[in-house]
Amino acid sequence: MINASLKELAAALAAKQVSSVELANQFLDRIARLNPALNAFITVGGEKSLAMARDADARIARGEAGPLTGIPVAHKDIFCAEGWLTTCGSKMLANFVSPYDATVIERFKAAGTVTLGKTNMDEFAMGSSNETSFYGPVKNPWDPGAVPGGSSGGSAAAVAARLTPAATGTDTGGSIRQPAALCGLTGLKPTYGVVSRYGMIAFASSLDQGGPMAKSAEDCALLLNVMAGFDARDSTSLERPAEDYARDLDKPLAGLRIGVPKEFFAEGLSADVAQAVEAALAEYRRLGATTVDISLPNMKLSVPAYYVIAPAEASSNLSRFDGVRYGWRAPEYGDLADMYCKSRAQGFGAEVKRRILIGTYVLSHGYYDAYYLQAQRIRRLIARDFVEAFKDCDLIMGPTAPTVAFDLGDKAGDPVQMYLSDIYTIAVNLAGLPGMSIPCGAGNQGRPVGLQIIGDYFGEARMLNAAHQYQLATDWHRRAPPI
Amino acid sequence: MGTANWEIVIGLETHAQLNTASKIFSGASTAFGAAPNSQACAVDIALPGVLPVLNRGAVERAIRFGLAVGGTIAPHSVFARKNYFYPDLPKGYQISQYELPVVSGGSFAIRVSSGGTATEKTVRLTRAHLEEDAGKSLHEDFHGKSGIDLNRAGTPLLEIVSEPDMRSASEAVAYARALHALVRWIGICDGNMQEGSFRCDANVSVRPVGSDVLGTRREIKNLNSFRFLQQAIEYEARWQIETLEDGGRIVQSTVLFDPATGQTRAMRSKEEAHDYRYFPDPDLLPLVISPAWIEEVRAAMPELPEEMKARFVSDYGLSAYDAAALTAARETADFFEQAVAAAGAGNAKACANWVMGELAARLNREEKDTADAPVTPQQLAGLVARIADGTISGKIAKEIFDALWNGEGQDADAIIEAKGLKQISDSGALEKLIDDVLAANPKSVEEFRAGKEKAFNALVGQAMKATKGKANPQQVNELLRKKLGT
Repeated sequence: MINASLKELAAALAAKQVSSVELANQFLDRIARLNPALNAFITVGGEKSLAMARDADARIARGEAGPLTGIPVAHKDIFCAEGWLTTCGSKMLANFVSPYDATVIERFKAAGTVTLGKTNMDEFAMGSSNETSFYGPVKNPWDPGAVPGGSSGGSAAAVAARLTPAATGTDTGGSIRQPAALCGLTGLKPTYGVVSRYGMIAFASSLDQGGPMAKSAEDCALLLNVMAGFDARDSTSLERPAEDYARDLDKPLAGLRIGVPKEFFAEGLSADVAQAVEAALAEYRRLGATTVDISLPNMKLSVPAYYVIAPAEASSNLSRFDGVRYGWRAPEYGDLADMYCKSRAQGFGAEVKRRILIGTYVLSHGYYDAYYLQAQRIRRLIARDFVEAFKDCDLIMGPTAPTVAFDLGDKAGDPVQMYLSDIYTIAVNLAGLPGMSIPCGAGNQGRPVGLQIIGDYFGEARMLNAAHQYQLATDWHRRAPPI
Repeated sequence: MGTANWEIVIGLETHAQLNTASKIFSGASTAFGAAPNSQACAVDIALPGVLPVLNRGAVERAIRFGLAVGGTIAPHSVFARKNYFYPDLPKGYQISQYELPVVSGGSFAIRVSSGGTATEKTVRLTRAHLEEDAGKSLHEDFHGKSGIDLNRAGTPLLEIVSEPDMRSASEAVAYARALHALVRWIGICDGNMQEGSFRCDANVSVRPVGSDVLGTRREIKNLNSFRFLQQAIEYEARWQIETLEDGGRIVQSTVLFDPATGQTRAMRSKEEAHDYRYFPDPDLLPLVISPAWIEEVRAAMPELPEEMKARFVSDYGLSAYDAAALTAARETADFFEQAVAAAGAGNAKACANWVMGELAARLNREEKDTADAPVTPQQLAGLVARIADGTISGKIAKEIFDALWNGEGQDADAIIEAKGLKQISDSGALEKLIDDVLAANPKSVEEFRAGKEKAFNALVGQAMKATKGKANPQQVNELLRKKLGT
């Protein structure tokens, strides 16, 4: 059962071959056994999960099951879930039990899924290796000496290690796609505004987007069907008719035009990743697609622009963590200013502080125009590059990350090197486009390589179609780590 | 130099609380006076993950204001974050409008009286923008700690910024009063100053008369009564003039007014050393206002004071002064119009006199609002009609007004009937009465005949006294003159 697809699990549940409680127990047992080494979960549901499973079984018995009723999932600890500890990977929220559900959580509850637990993550989603978590680093199931990527590293490791059939993640600059690539998974970041951000603890509001992480494109399509949809509580949520993201999975790829940006294959891309990605593109051509050379001339500006905009928004978004109403408050302090300083100094980790400082600086009087406004201009240029590119192609493909999973501690001391691991993913967030990563090979030390697929606005179904067709023809997504 | 050599320049920033049922970015109630923190929802207390959603009602009220002052309503305006830390500011930033406000420009007329004459002056507005209020810090009752009440957090405010067009404390107060009347008139703010629904910051500077360069200003924060506004500006202007005359200079700063001492004092620089790091709020889309929306709001707008004033002059033949006085407040104007509707347009002038005279005086004496007047417009109209048709005299009418005020009868007719106050206009009865008066006052008759006009008035007075004021004074006059042969 641990390797089954969501469709197979649903069929087994419907056929009463397994109950939701049995499924939950099976995964909870696996978590109990393997999580201590992986550290993928911050909170495990236990009895709470089983209660949800019992409800799901009752629902199935009543004949009211939806496509995912009774199926276990794990949620990134960035999603507020009523009655659950919701830490965002930070000491600041180590005592925060959310009194309300995020829209994404509500939607999963309505679908009847069973929450196995809340997954580890880089603190406030700031990181690309899961090493910034207050709860300690997550290990890559493919190699315990390697990082799982970040910030949704706990979700990625949990799915890869088969501790859960599927998980949610969030992606601000690559935080779904990069860990999916590093852990050999399929992960999808939707078009900005497709998944509600209500109850998803904000890092950079104009970039954050929740999405699914699973073993296959088909699973991601079913998960996205649950997650996506207009939400009046999120002003940036897009009011569009509901769509079935699985509708185009079976379409043949003949005639598909794949744009391959030359900037994705320039200096910095490691040879093993390049080779796997080239092979994947060859496979696509074999499936009837054509590849076209394109250019995204402003790509090189995406990392600097991102590291102005994201910290700017974060510096303001994280102001609410002030020790006044909830979260960490310094045990001893003098006056009000001292309470703020000490609470925040103690509650936040180094990377979060670095980004608050950068963000505060770029918004300061006298620097705003030079940094923030300039970055916004670059952001528009990058978005325009994609508009131009999509005149010549239907999808864009390239590597998700420049290297396979790096070793724990390798880049922790060098923020810029760390930031460059998102060099191929960040532009997608700046433009608000959908993007995904699918496993497409094994690189150095047998570590997984991810192929990034970028769609035009609302091109999720098309991306999923291309990913699914590739997965019908290959078995990279079926490979599991040796644990 | 003395005060006369200096010109005072004042601009006002007014926070008008918009009277929406729910908050500007959440669904929590805005009702005043609830138990602390009972009206603060997840969004208001800024739980992790919550997001703001703009209340259309607040925007609609901003549009109404823009239309009322003839300002430009921005088709596209932007909410920004104003970042600073304070315990009653839960998000660590206030959502406000910074570079692109919802309303720009506009103006309205104020009436300034000095030395018994009233002149009209137009004050220009810079802008009006939407923003959220903060919560309240409670420093008492917590034994060295501070309490935080977030009921007010997220209450919608319209910040209305004037140009520096006022030249005295009185003008500033006249502006504030006119603005107060206007926001109530168009129904966007309840104007309750005790509850903080309408509060002003005053920017005050002084300059030598004849100069066209603005002096350095100081901003007096949070004045929540017209009296404090007057006192604070007067004190501040005097202080600035003295400082400059003593060779000092004014440092741009924020000051607080202490009502106990009547003085202003600068806030510690720490209290105001903020770099607010404004930037567009990424959680909110730009506010787009379509021409159709503006027209929809325009169609539902009440008649504005200026329009109503002009109509009172043209339709009812009122003087501009009377029309202005009646339209100074919506309730007064409505009372007047209802009275005229019942009494007939021919009695408009009389209705106006009663509304501005007896009614206003009684309301003022008893500190009542027009809405709470015990006399209805219809009752007043009934009274005015009886004066017009000669049933009662003006003097008796005041007695009847008192009776109506005290709830002694359903309408003027009932009181006239019950108290027997009907005017005596029967010429036979009056003639007999005059004869009696003349017989009883030979001395006055003699004096009148000797040319003393005063004696005539005494005789009228006797006639009125004999009838307890019920005699028709005009007829008494005529009959007396006839009998005395003049």
